[in-house]
Amino acid sequence: MSMINYASREINCKIVYYGPGLCGKTTNLEYVYNKVRPETRGKLISLATETERTLFFDFLPVDLGSIRGFNTRFHLYTVPGQVYYNASRRLILKGVDGVVFVADSQAERMDANYASMQNLYENLAEYGYDPRTLPMVIQYNKRDLANAVNLGELRAQLNPDSLADFEAVATKGMGVFDTLKAVSKLVIKSLG
Amino acid sequence: MNPAATSWAFEAQDLERLDALLGAFLDGSQARCALLLDRTGRLLTAAGDDAGFDRVSFASLAAADFGASDQLARLLGEREFRSLYHQGENGSMYLVDVAGHAILAALFDARTTLGRVRLKTKAVVPEFASLFAQIAARDRTVGARLEAGWLTEVEDEIDRLFAE
Ligand SMILES: Nc1nc2c(ncn2[C@@H]2O[C@H](COP(=O)(O)OP(=O)(O)OP(=O)(O)O)[C@@H](O)[C@H]2O)c(=O)[nH]1
Ligand SMILES: [Mg+2]
Repeated sequence: MSMINYASREINCKIVYYGPGLCGKTTNLEYVYNKVRPETRGKLISLATETERTLFFDFLPVDLGSIRGFNTRFHLYTVPGQVYYNASRRLILKGVDGVVFVADSQAERMDANYASMQNLYENLAEYGYDPRTLPMVIQYNKRDLANAVNLGELRAQLNPDSLADFEAVATKGMGVFDTLKAVSKLVIKSLG
Repeated sequence: MNPAATSWAFEAQDLERLDALLGAFLDGSQARCALLLDRTGRLLTAAGDDAGFDRVSFASLAAADFGASDQLARLLGEREFRSLYHQGENGSMYLVDVAGHAILAALFDARTTLGRVRLKTKAVVPEFASLFAQIAARDRTVGARLEAGWLTEVEDEIDRLFAE
């Protein structure tokens, strides 16, 4: 979970993008990397296969700067979505402060979305996290595609608890910052 | 596993003591650089000459590397691999677990040997471990000491930073 360093006056929070394979997690981070002021972010590290599928994780540190003497930093991670990589996925969840669940809006990915959400809960439970208290938001990505399921159905399937949720087209950046703003505020609030 | 075990609040005197231990380890081992990171990949402190590499990236990758090795150990029926060694042409890296709380990373070159580095980590790890146990036993609620108004200002900054 969070780390606060009263000596160097730093607060450090970990946000993980979770979701099925190819739903657009890496695309979210790439957009943030490209759009945020360069002096506020570090390197984007991607451990990926030759075909640009995430193999282990993507990592991007973003710095809010000093506020009332405390420097707040978010560490953004993505997990590999492919079912096969569960061991790596679980590892990346260690110490998570907030989750963005990225769903793929395409009709044929509904089962994969659902399975990935179950998998998230299982992996959180293994660490003893309570998914009901962990800051979490949902993003319905790929809203630009013709086979996208309507919003009501996505919500009914994936958001029974009415968490904050956002429609997105990550490739164009639509919804990417709104999602990140929402989860980072939830995380900050949870520190208090 | 207790999630709180990955949540930390470090006081100034904690850092002084961690730095003192790290400094002594550096002298004794003759490593070029030593870093202390938590198991989730956050840098806690460092000592020595890091030759200007990106420490934030280093911490995240090293913790993932260590975590993956740990899982490999379990897969093979070992309880854990307590340490990890990577050998390069000009420099090498030795990572060792600190009681599940942290990772001590030593970067060293031909001025010393793996044997010496390993010996010195064996000596210092229990000291780090007892310090972490003390820190972990304390109250770790973060919010208590943040000034009123801090939250609103952070929220405003989030809105400014994450904007098109
Ligand atoms: N049409 C469309 N394509 C998208 C959108 N977001 C991402 N993509 C594409 O979907 C593909 C997969 O995106 P990634 O970001 O790599 O997916 P991922 O979730 O990181 O996948 P894994 O690493 O395998 O878990 C890429 O070709 C993206 O360009 C979107 O909003 N609309
Ligand atoms: Mg990816």
